[in-house]
Amino acid sequence: MSAVLPLSKAPSLVQRAHWTDRIAHAVLLAVTVALFVFLALPLFLILIKALQAPDGSFIGLANFTSYLASPSLLQSLWHSVWVSLLVTVVTVPLAFVFAYALTRSCMPFKGLFRTITLVPLLAPSLLSAISLIYWFGNQGAARGTLQAFGFDNIYGAPGVVIAECFAVFPHALMILITALSLADARLYEAAAALGTSTRRRFFTITLPGAKYGLISAALVSFTLVMTDFGIPKVIGGNFNMLATDVFKLVIGQQDFQRGAVVGLLLLTPAVVTFAVDWFIQRKQTAMLGARAVPLRPKRSPRFDAAMTIYCVVIAALMLAMIGMAVFASFASFWPYNLTPSLKHYTMGLVDAEVGDAFVNSLKLAAGTALFGTAIVFVGAYMLEKTRGATALRPIVRLLAMLPMAVPGLVLGLGYIFFFNLPDNPLNGLYHTLTLLVLCTVVHFYTTGHLTAVTALKALDAEFEAVSASLKVPFYKTFWRVTLPICTPALVDIARYFFINAMTTISAVVFLYSPDTKLASIAILNLDEAGDTGPAAACAVLIAAASTVATLLFMGFGRWIERRTQAWRQPAGQ
Amino acid sequence: MTDYLHLQGIEKNFGAFRALHDIHLTIARGEFVCFLGPSGCGKTTLLRIIAGLESQSAGTIRQADRDISRLPPAERDYGIVFQSYALFPNLSIFDNVAYGLVNRKTPRAQVASRVDELLKLVGLPGSGAKFPAQLSGGQQQRIALARALATSPGLLLLDEPLSALDALERVRLRQEIRSLQRKLGVTTIMVTHDQEEALSMADRIVVMNQGAIEQVGTPMEVYRDPTTPFVADFVGKINVLDGRLHPGGSLHIGASRFACGQQTAAERDVKIYLRPEDVLARPIAPGDSNVFNGAIDKIEFLGSYCLVRVTSPEIGQQPVTVYLSLNYLAEQNLEVGSRLPLRLLPERMRFF
Repeated sequence: MSAVLPLSKAPSLVQRAHWTDRIAHAVLLAVTVALFVFLALPLFLILIKALQAPDGSFIGLANFTSYLASPSLLQSLWHSVWVSLLVTVVTVPLAFVFAYALTRSCMPFKGLFRTITLVPLLAPSLLSAISLIYWFGNQGAARGTLQAFGFDNIYGAPGVVIAECFAVFPHALMILITALSLADARLYEAAAALGTSTRRRFFTITLPGAKYGLISAALVSFTLVMTDFGIPKVIGGNFNMLATDVFKLVIGQQDFQRGAVVGLLLLTPAVVTFAVDWFIQRKQTAMLGARAVPLRPKRSPRFDAAMTIYCVVIAALMLAMIGMAVFASFASFWPYNLTPSLKHYTMGLVDAEVGDAFVNSLKLAAGTALFGTAIVFVGAYMLEKTRGATALRPIVRLLAMLPMAVPGLVLGLGYIFFFNLPDNPLNGLYHTLTLLVLCTVVHFYTTGHLTAVTALKALDAEFEAVSASLKVPFYKTFWRVTLPICTPALVDIARYFFINAMTTISAVVFLYSPDTKLASIAILNLDEAGDTGPAAACAVLIAAASTVATLLFMGFGRWIERRTQAWRQPAGQ
Repeated sequence: MTDYLHLQGIEKNFGAFRALHDIHLTIARGEFVCFLGPSGCGKTTLLRIIAGLESQSAGTIRQADRDISRLPPAERDYGIVFQSYALFPNLSIFDNVAYGLVNRKTPRAQVASRVDELLKLVGLPGSGAKFPAQLSGGQQQRIALARALATSPGLLLLDEPLSALDALERVRLRQEIRSLQRKLGVTTIMVTHDQEEALSMADRIVVMNQGAIEQVGTPMEVYRDPTTPFVADFVGKINVLDGRLHPGGSLHIGASRFACGQQTAAERDVKIYLRPEDVLARPIAPGDSNVFNGAIDKIEFLGSYCLVRVTSPEIGQQPVTVYLSLNYLAEQNLEVGSRLPLRLLPERMRFF
């Protein structure tokens, strides 16, 4: 008897919803509405603006054609594309070798190397641009080296490319480490048993295995450079790129329509990346079965030594980059008087504006960590662990993944268009810290969401069924079981939100007011005013705050783990 | 016994896939019923529908004279135990068992004494302070059982509760669950794919295949009188022989003629289903009917007895498997290639 029959038209029997189910549905609906208002609508407004004349009348694609007719804007597009390509081509292989050394060699100090290369994530990306100015700028410490290579000036394309390489490196590295960690030792053993040469093993097993990681790293690098705003602003000089164009068009010239067109151009590579990445992820999971045996690298003195040397060089470059900003921030008067002083810090902090900005940044980071974690986790829980409201779930899933595809600059642009509308009842939020928090939460929503979903999926799927059979409402189980088990993931999510809120520039640069200026934006303003020393000091302060926060979160995580995860210990320990 | 649970015309479709079709079943109060079938036969789906964790596409469910067809799980009356135990790992054993009691605003002392009582009942007194990870799989499953029974539900649902355990623990817990169920008299439904488990535990077995019920009956009925070839094949080992039935209770297999109880009006081809224990190697007296001679083709050693495959030109070289004790094989000096007579028990034959 076949189990397949034509779709019956008879209405399916519907179970009555329990009142606790209705609570869950209401919360899920609230999350959907919030994501809709604070993500979908602003993005939609960019599209609308791109199709409108300044007076609001519909003009079709006229803005696009006028954009394509403007040689200076086209030049920016070309600049953005080739710089992004060049940075990708340089960074991904460098990061791949570094990741290979970390995962496949027996070199010493792996943890140290890894930490050093991930440190740039704790500072705004433009820290590397400021450092470059101190190294190779007009008064740079190693200006001669630059000229020896035939460049007379670090400002412009060379500076942007080098600074972006440093800024993008840790992002590419993280992806590649993950890709190379997913190795099945059995494949290598089988190859060795068949007498396959090391070189052939690399090209037939390692490289194909890391293929998706490489594609993903390349796409992420390209998109990050394409949509980065801070570095071209600081070191780009007259070298125009799309990201700086958006800012000039919208803030400088108030040309919202053409700003929207550029915004859509920036959205394109990110959406492509997102789509390709999503497709790849689905393939990637199928690659490594549950029976895979993790690969343990074997000692090989010559290979290990070569990898150590390589990593020392890369780490030294990273340290030179970070170190220069720190050093310069303490120098009394670059380059004439290098005696250490706190002048730039006191000047910056005494100058009330920067001090306030720093406090604002801490408020933003704390608010984002607190509310972001709460919203993300509750949203993920409602999505994964409750029943019913089946029509809503795919929408929430899509909205939660969407921020990954939206560059901060584009999100910020959408926020201006949407919250600046006089008719919008939410207009009152414009320029407030609340909106900055909301925007930052949305900007970094996806990573937090995925972390929460992963943690929730690790729980037994039947906890909720058992609770219902015992007549315990889901929220009690959420509070007594789900939340305590997931605290380590919650701390991770909060830390991620905090660090990113401290260092972000792109989305918030459109949204601050004099009262809600942020430290990361103060760097831009100080730099623009020629106060490079205080700008460096401010960047270092942010990096320091992020580092302290990371350490605190780690300590807090350990403490929480000891308090709440005692049950993980097997008997007798 | 009074009827407790009625399933009437239960259907379940997942898109175009028909997971359950036309399920009718009545379960008496205090009965222990097993849903038995291969994976994908719909047995777990049916259990989840009774629990309200899935909703049926059509059909009604009545429990204790109450229509529960559309009720959410929290408004139904049952306790459930899953294959994965689903114990709350961060709560102590005490808190796990007390989970459903605390919510009912039961006084604390009463909760404590009830938990003690339940822990004793499942044979783990004094383990309240431990965490689930500190117990073995079998112990965790006992705790899950105690938690499900804590609120004295009218119906106990067990979803493959023993499949995650090792063989010894499984057999031990089988009997414990059964005697506990007898003691409490709670109506119980257990889903399993293990026919031995179903045969040893159930009052009645519901054999399912491809979303439909094949047969409902006591373990003995299902084993001895399978009503469909599927049930005969799925429950226990069985020989399937091709033959031809003649009027007058005469059965032709290959070139041989056997007597059988089955009557037929006209000659027809049949499939004969016969359990290995219904093909006898002894006692066979000279002149016994329904005897044929064969040669041993293969011996599968299973401990105290062996599964012996015999072929015979007399029945068209169709292999017949019989159980022979190790002692008998040694006594008779039987090995692969040896010849021996076998007798078919006509009253045990099933024809499809």
